[in-house]
Amino acid sequence: MTTTASRPASTIFRRPRSTEGFWSWITTTDHKKIGIMYGYAAFFFFIIGGIEALLLRIQLAGPNGSFLNAGEYNAMFTTHGVTMIFLFVMPVSAAFFNYLLPLMIGARDVAFPRMNALSWWIFIFGGLFLYSVIFFGDPTPPAGIADSSGAIVAGNLDPTDATLLAGLPDGGWFLYQPNAGPAYSPGTAVDFALIGLQILGIASLISAINFIVTVFNMRAEGMRLLRMPVFVWMTLVVAFLLLFSLPIIAVALFMATFDRQFGTLFFQATGGGDPVLWQHMFWLFGHPEVYILILPAMGIVSEVLPTNSRKPLFGYAAIVFAGAAIAFLGFGVWAHHMFSSGIPAVAQAAFGLSTMTIAVPTGIKIFNWMGTMWGGRLRFNTAMMFSIGFVAMFVIGGLSGVTHSIVPSDWQQTDTYYIVAHFHYVLFGGAIFGLFSGIYYWFPKITGRMLNEKLGKVHFWVQFIGFNLTFAPMHWLGLQGMVRRTWRYAPETGLGPWNLAVTIGAFTIATGVAIFWFNWIYSKRKGEPSGLDPWDARTIEWTIPNPTPAYNFATPPVIHSLDDFWHQKYTEDEEGRPVRKDDADDLVARLDHDGRNPKSPIHMPAPSYFPILMALGLPLIGYGIIYHTTLVGLALLFIGPLITIGALIGWGIEPLEEPEEHQEHGEGGELVGAGAH
Amino acid sequence: MADTFEIEEGAEVPEHAEVHDSHHLVHESTGIDNRKLGMWVFLSSEFLFFGAFISNYLLYGGRDFDSVVPRDIYDIPFTSISSFVLLMSSLTMVLAHHALSTGDQNGTKTWLMATALLGSVFLGGQVFEFTEFIVEYDMTLTSNPAASAFYMLTGFHGTHVALGIVMLLSLFGIARREGGLSEKHGMNLELVGLYWHFVDIIWIVIFTLVYLIGAA
Repeated sequence: MTTTASRPASTIFRRPRSTEGFWSWITTTDHKKIGIMYGYAAFFFFIIGGIEALLLRIQLAGPNGSFLNAGEYNAMFTTHGVTMIFLFVMPVSAAFFNYLLPLMIGARDVAFPRMNALSWWIFIFGGLFLYSVIFFGDPTPPAGIADSSGAIVAGNLDPTDATLLAGLPDGGWFLYQPNAGPAYSPGTAVDFALIGLQILGIASLISAINFIVTVFNMRAEGMRLLRMPVFVWMTLVVAFLLLFSLPIIAVALFMATFDRQFGTLFFQATGGGDPVLWQHMFWLFGHPEVYILILPAMGIVSEVLPTNSRKPLFGYAAIVFAGAAIAFLGFGVWAHHMFSSGIPAVAQAAFGLSTMTIAVPTGIKIFNWMGTMWGGRLRFNTAMMFSIGFVAMFVIGGLSGVTHSIVPSDWQQTDTYYIVAHFHYVLFGGAIFGLFSGIYYWFPKITGRMLNEKLGKVHFWVQFIGFNLTFAPMHWLGLQGMVRRTWRYAPETGLGPWNLAVTIGAFTIATGVAIFWFNWIYSKRKGEPSGLDPWDARTIEWTIPNPTPAYNFATPPVIHSLDDFWHQKYTEDEEGRPVRKDDADDLVARLDHDGRNPKSPIHMPAPSYFPILMALGLPLIGYGIIYHTTLVGLALLFIGPLITIGALIGWGIEPLEEPEEHQEHGEGGELVGAGAH
Repeated sequence: MADTFEIEEGAEVPEHAEVHDSHHLVHESTGIDNRKLGMWVFLSSEFLFFGAFISNYLLYGGRDFDSVVPRDIYDIPFTSISSFVLLMSSLTMVLAHHALSTGDQNGTKTWLMATALLGSVFLGGQVFEFTEFIVEYDMTLTSNPAASAFYMLTGFHGTHVALGIVMLLSLFGIARREGGLSEKHGMNLELVGLYWHFVDIIWIVIFTLVYLIGAA
């Protein structure tokens, strides 16, 4: 607890107080607003990443495609990967964490509201920094590497390849060295990727710390660890994965940046460096990253399935511990991404075995989800369909994944479309289906309205069919030997027909997503009002009105059991079947009324200008590092830290609260600008 | 933890419960201050950050290159002394913390300043060491991967020490201006202390693995 009584209210550093309009979003420290901003930003980047994917598919629709040149193709598959992973799936997960975590544990906000705003602003500036390569990147075309006779042997093979699109980062999302090093990727594109990822990593690290402390410290009375919803557990597990994997990629990114900017030789084989070291460091982060992407979706599915099966989650503790086990084992399997890099046979065997092991906790989860649905009274709403789709598609992706633990088989499939098929089944069929399920499920929580079910079902089926049409044929394309990251294939290969199918599938997915956007825009204005408990749910975020009031809980909740809300509404008959209590409807009506009418003033974290200011310095430092040989770059290296440190000082001395200022809010409630740490 | 939450069925939270507390609904569930828990969590991440840099050095430090490598030019007696200075700064940090807990504001200020000074002496030693390596032995950041790994590791550690000194001096400044550290800043002192001890511990690992074993 902070003691603020002795602190005089500052007249210079007043906390901003707008609760509506533009400035309220800029200065907000409200976890709900931050979550919403994460969501919209993620879907903005989803459009970009999706367009990049469609460009790739147009190029590959037929043999000898000429829609993109080789340089553009490289840039497109790189930015598609980086965007979908770091700027779409991760921030959508972050949107759910931010919005739901405090609600699900019965808190009014996260542990560090200003730090929460800081991580959001760092994230968005990091994403924009990455793409600002279009405007601020080195416009000179990357030169090819010539051998002694003057023939160009590496780099961009054709000088006319240097177009705007080709100027985007092009080393693959994994930025393998030395290909992404100074010799083979001249220009600034890769620098923007390296430093952009570094900035995004800082954002994730800050929110990981915030969420861990929030889960441990901000739980409502009675919310023991094993009474927390599975989604909260998965949030916690993901936060730990971020906490332990991000520092490793941070170091690797520093080393690669130093290689490119300051002439160190970490990954440059010509100077005695070891390119395989990059692969180790990258995948030591990169494999946990896979679970960072999938576990939030697993958490969502674990909420949606039991609610819509009218049954408790089958094997709650098993699902929780399986999630933790996946995270733990996830740090011991990284080299299965490197079976073809020449690591010793013993290491290959060991990592093959550990890869098989990780299928065990994953299988436990699958069986628990099926056990949850088994014998339940299933409601096939859109959220449920996406969750079932998740389970089915994830099983396919998981099974093709386990085939990679057989090392000789993996050698055969390395760098083929089989791999592309596998990871899209887990990341799209898995993570993204799960996230869509969550959007349909919690949309009423955010807006107070339901997403249109008819459009939702059309969206599901179009996306589901499109998804399978896109990625299932990639399995056979890969087994037939179609290699990844290659911009065209010859007609004699006979790969054309399936590739055409894949391209049609990709556009089908795009149609599905367009239906979703239409649904979102339509339902946000004209959707059916949801009431307090549209799904007859189990968890306490549904015990408060929709959309969520600024203060979340009018009265602090007290938790008596797992699925607390369900037990308030339901009792059991002799055979253990749930029976709705007679007064359940009264309870819901009372909760709705009480939730809107707090009985006493509620203190909420005050907004602040400093998170956005502090975040603003980081991209400037990034530009400064990239252009440190120029005067402007040096100036930015001075201005960037100045802004960040200045904002940090302001952060430290801005008043925690201004007790004399009051604001009316709601019908009976009062919001008092109060302290954030 | 479960014991903390033992509540009776149907127990009601007093309605005025939240009025006492400006930003938490009820309490910190674990009983540990949010900021302190946050610092511990952050430091656990920092261990992997330095772990990666140290591994990187261990990979390259033993290899032979055409140019001078760090293990040939370590000045172990000199680094031992500067390591000792840094270790002593952990002692003065504890003394500062102890002084505050006994209400001795003057002692707090003195020991804070002593910690910052010892930290600065260590940093000065590092600057001297780098200068000597570069000027006398011509081993620069770009000479070879071993040298790069050495400078990156010790450089990032030095940056952490420098940040720690800035935090110590800020606390000292606040203590001087306000005539002492309030309860709130007492927690800040603890946080800076945690960070400072972490930086020291990491140095012990670096000194052992990189300097002592690396040179052998």
